[in-house]
Amino acid sequence: MTLALANTNPECPARDVFTAALGRLPGAGAVAYARARAFDAFERAGLPHQRLEEWTCTDLRVLMRAVLPLAPLPDVAALVRAKAAVAQTALEGAAKLVLVDGVFAPDLSDLAAFGEGVDVKTVPEFLEYPAGADLLITFATDPMISLNAAMVTDGVVVTLGDGVALSPPIQIIHVATQALSSAFTRSHLKLGKSAQATLVESFVAADGASAYQVHDAVIAQIGEGANLSHLRVVADAADATNISSRIMTVHEKATVSSFNMTYGGTVTRYQGFITLAGARSELSINCVNLLNDTQHGDTTLVIDHAAPRCTSEGNFRCVVDDRGHSVFQGRIIAKAQKSQGTMMTRALLLSDEAKADNKPDLQIFADDVTCGHAATSGALDDSLLFYLRARGLPEKEAQALLIQAFLGEAIEEIADAGLREFVSARVARWLETRR
Amino acid sequence: MALLAVKGLKVRVKEREILRGLTLTVNEGEIHAIMGPNGSGKSTLSHVIAGKPGYEVTDGQIVFKGEDLLKMDPEERVAKGVFLAFQYPVEIPGVAIMTFLRTALNAQRKARGESEFTTPDFLKKVREVSKSLNIPQDMLKRGVNVGFSGGEKKRNEVLQMALFEPSLCILDEMDSGLDIDALRIAADCVNALRSPGRAMVVITHYQRLLNCIVPDVVHVMSKGRVVKSGGKELALELEASGYANFRGRGLAVLRIFR
Ligand SMILES: Nc1ncnc2c1ncn2[C@@H]1O[C@H](COP(=O)(O)OP(=O)(O)OP(=O)(O)O)[C@@H](O)[C@H]1O
Ligand SMILES: [Mg+2]
Repeated sequence: MTLALANTNPECPARDVFTAALGRLPGAGAVAYARARAFDAFERAGLPHQRLEEWTCTDLRVLMRAVLPLAPLPDVAALVRAKAAVAQTALEGAAKLVLVDGVFAPDLSDLAAFGEGVDVKTVPEFLEYPAGADLLITFATDPMISLNAAMVTDGVVVTLGDGVALSPPIQIIHVATQALSSAFTRSHLKLGKSAQATLVESFVAADGASAYQVHDAVIAQIGEGANLSHLRVVADAADATNISSRIMTVHEKATVSSFNMTYGGTVTRYQGFITLAGARSELSINCVNLLNDTQHGDTTLVIDHAAPRCTSEGNFRCVVDDRGHSVFQGRIIAKAQKSQGTMMTRALLLSDEAKADNKPDLQIFADDVTCGHAATSGALDDSLLFYLRARGLPEKEAQALLIQAFLGEAIEEIADAGLREFVSARVARWLETRR
Repeated sequence: MALLAVKGLKVRVKEREILRGLTLTVNEGEIHAIMGPNGSGKSTLSHVIAGKPGYEVTDGQIVFKGEDLLKMDPEERVAKGVFLAFQYPVEIPGVAIMTFLRTALNAQRKARGESEFTTPDFLKKVREVSKSLNIPQDMLKRGVNVGFSGGEKKRNEVLQMALFEPSLCILDEMDSGLDIDALRIAADCVNALRSPGRAMVVITHYQRLLNCIVPDVVHVMSKGRVVKSGGKELALELEASGYANFRGRGLAVLRIFR
C-alpha cells in the first residue's frame, strides 16, 4: 500500500504519476505534445465518476481511487515469471506478441511467425515515424482513453496488406508481474482490403502479481471486405483492475466477429466503440462476464451504424455469484438507412446479493431501420436443478451443467473450433473453482 | 426389514397439508401400485421421497435401507439407490443428453465409491438399453428432453432407470403419454429390471399398465393418505367402480385397515 499512499497530491495525484513517468514514455516532438494534451484532457475530467452518463454504474473514483505509478521495467526474474504465465495461456498455434508489465518482450514473442504481407512493429518504433502521433488518438472525450494516450509505454502495431490472410492467430498476451503498479499499453491493428486475421487478446497475472492496474487500448481499422475474428479473455489477478478500450472502424462489406470473456480482476471495464463506417459491413459481438466474490465487471459497447445496410448482433451474458456486480451498457446508434441491430442481454444471478445492471439503448436517426433489444435476468431454474440432483448430480455440479448450458449459446457463436475450445476450457475451470 | 418404510408422513406445501399421515411399507423384490384420484398426493409423495425442496415435512418418517432418508440430499438418496421417474420430466436446453447421462451415472458411481465408467463401456451400455426401448440414436444427440414428445420423455426416464440400476424405482405415471406399443416396450424394460433385490412403486391411473407390470400390492390414496391396500384385484375393482367408494371416507377405511 505504500506506493498508493505516496501518490496523494490532492490537486492531481495522477499528475505526479505522469511526471514521474515522462522519462520512460517514448516519442518526442509531436508525440510528446500529443501526450501532454491528452494528459491535460484527463486532468480536466479526472477519474470517471457516476455522474457521467457513460460511467453511472462504474464509478472509478470509488472503485479504483487512484492511478498507480508505472510498473518498473521487467527484470530477468520478472521475465521468468512472465514466461511461465505465457505458457499457461498461450493458444496452440498462435503467433504470440507478449507485453510484460506494459513492455514488449521480444524473447517471449514469435515475431518470426509473421510472414509476407504482415508488418509488426512495437509502439516505441512506431512513434518515431512522423505519423506516430496518430496512434495517440483520444476518443469521445473519454478520460481513460486520454489517460492511456498520455501514458502508453508500449504495444504492437500490426498491419496486414491487402488480400493477406494470416493463418496463425495473433495472440497479444498482457502479463502483469508486479504489485501496486500500472501498465499502459496501446496496440494498433490494420487489416487491408480483403485481409483476414484472428486476434486473441489475453490478460493474465504471473505468480506474485497483485493489486495492479492494466490500462489498455486497441485501435483497429478493418478494411473493405476484410474479415476479423476477435477473442479477448480477461483473466487478471483477483485484485487487479483492468480498464480497456477498443476503437474499431469497419469498412465496406467487412465482417467482424468478436467474443469477450471477463472472469478475472476485481474491477474491469471493457469499452468498445465500433463504427460500421462502410456499407454492408457486419458485426457480431458476444460478451460473457463470469463474476463472483466482489468482482465488478463492466462491458460498455457503442455501435455506430454510420453507413447503410450494416448489421450488428450483440449478445451479452453474465453469470454473477456472491456479491459480484455485472454491468452491461449497449448502445446502437442507427444513423444510416437499412441498419439492422440487435442486442440481447441475459443475466444469471447465483446469489441474492449478486447484481446485474443491463442497459441497452437505441438511438435511431433514420426511418428505415430494424433495431431491437431485449434483456432478461433470473436465477437458475429450481425444477431443472432438482431434476439433475434427482439423477445423482451434487448441487454444484448440477449448477455447473446449467451454467454451461446458459453460456453455451454464446460460446457456440465462436466459429473457430480452437478458439471455442480455448473459451470452454476456461469456463470449465471457472466452474471448477466454484465447487 | 422393509426396504422403504414411510410412517405417518405429514407434508405441507405453502401452509397447505397435502400428505396427512401416510404410511407405506415396501419390501425388497415387491412391486407396489399406487392409485388414487387427481390431487390425492401421489406425486407429492414421490417428490418427498426423492428429496425435492419446497416441501415441509411436519411429522412422520421415511426410512430407506434402515437410514433416515429425510436427512439426505437428493443426490445422496440417488446414490443409496432411490430413483424417481418423473410424471413431468423437464426439458434442459443446452445440456446434451449423453453428457447428462454420463455425468449423472459417474456422479452416482463416485458417490458409492465405485470407479467411473470408461467411454466405450458407457456408450455400449447406453446403446444396449436404448435399443431395447426402441429409442432412436438421433434422439440421444439432442438436449435433455428438448423437443421430445410426451412419450419420448417417458421412455427417456425408463432409459435412465435401466442405466442407473436403482434398488427402489418410483414410476410416476410412466404410462401417461405412451402409445400402446410404447407402453408395452417400456413395461417390458421395467419387467426386465424386476429382481429380488429391487422394489418398484408404480403410480398410475390405469389398469392397462398393471396388466403389463403386475403388482404384488395395490394401494389407494385419497386426500393424502393410503386409504386401502390390497392385492392386484383391487386395481380391477377400481377400474370397474372408480374412486367413489373411497372419496371422503378416508378415515373410516383407514381404521378398518389398521
Ligand atoms: N408446489 C405446490 N404448491 C401448491 N400446491 C401444490 C404444490 N404441489 C402440489 N400441490 C397440491 O397438492 C395436491 C396433490 O398434488 P399431487 O401432484 O401430489 O397429486 P397427484 O395425486 O399426483 O395428482 P395427479 O393424479 O393429477 O398426478 C394437489 O391439490 C396440488 O394442487
Ligand atoms: Mg401426479
